[in-house]
Amino acid sequence: MSVNPELQGRVFPPVAPYLVGREKVREFARAVFATSPINLDPEAARAAGYADVVAPPTFAVVVQEATLAQLLAEPDAGIDFTRVVHGDQRFSFTRPIVAGDELTATLLVATVKSLGGHSMVTAVSTIVDASGAHVVTATSTLVVRGDE
Amino acid sequence: MTTISTPRLADLTVGDVVAEGAFPLTRDSLVHYAGASGDFNPIHYRDDVAVSVGLPGVLAHGMLTMGFAVQPVVDWAGDPGRIVDYQVRFTRPVLVPADGEAVVTVVARVGALDLDAGIARIDLTVSSGEVTVLGKAQARVHLV
Repeated sequence: MSVNPELQGRVFPPVAPYLVGREKVREFARAVFATSPINLDPEAARAAGYADVVAPPTFAVVVQEATLAQLLAEPDAGIDFTRVVHGDQRFSFTRPIVAGDELTATLLVATVKSLGGHSMVTAVSTIVDASGAHVVTATSTLVVRGDE
Repeated sequence: MTTISTPRLADLTVGDVVAEGAFPLTRDSLVHYAGASGDFNPIHYRDDVAVSVGLPGVLAHGMLTMGFAVQPVVDWAGDPGRIVDYQVRFTRPVLVPADGEAVVTVVARVGALDLDAGIARIDLTVSSGEVTVLGKAQARVHLV
């Protein structure tokens, strides 16, 4: 089975909103060895001009994850998740994620390419806040290994 | 805690090393990241599962490596909100032994400066042993 080329350009329905919790941000920050008080201490974050603790840059993957699950579950996608390797990852921010944000992610399959028996799928998840304003775009390139 | 002053673009030169870090990873680190991130793929904590899918052993989550590799830059910039763009390529896995640690080192250098946009591109060299584990690892940092 190979990746369905007709996936390219497909936009998925937005996933359920993700409410960013302060303790989740702090837990994630500790897990990635963040030491900035702006990640960990609400007072330090407020002193720096934020409403609450700021999430580390890669926390966006937690919000993005539901969109990748949508992609892998798409019946006609032809993506065998046991053959998926994460090729590269990018986060582009309009502003950082802050505890208290209610974020909604929407997936676009930007490209599907075949390369030497493998497929490369570029998944672009656009993440907006409760007002609809852009927060961050998370882009993953997934390499789907072909049959050996 | 030391007071952090924000670096100024005008003081930077392409090639400058602005930050470094060393991160000893243990299985505990991987379990902690699994819980914090929700990525419970067992190749990141079970040797038998890792071996059954053809891996040499348990690997660190690529997203964990991406997550900590930028932290020296965050500390240098003084505010995680100054990271406006961050990308990596996952080139080699980091094997983490059951009874020891795998040390991942990070060297952050100025890769490019865009004075008009107020952006410093910081290029990260991320290695475990002699092996580079992330490619094209770049953080764009908003400075004045």
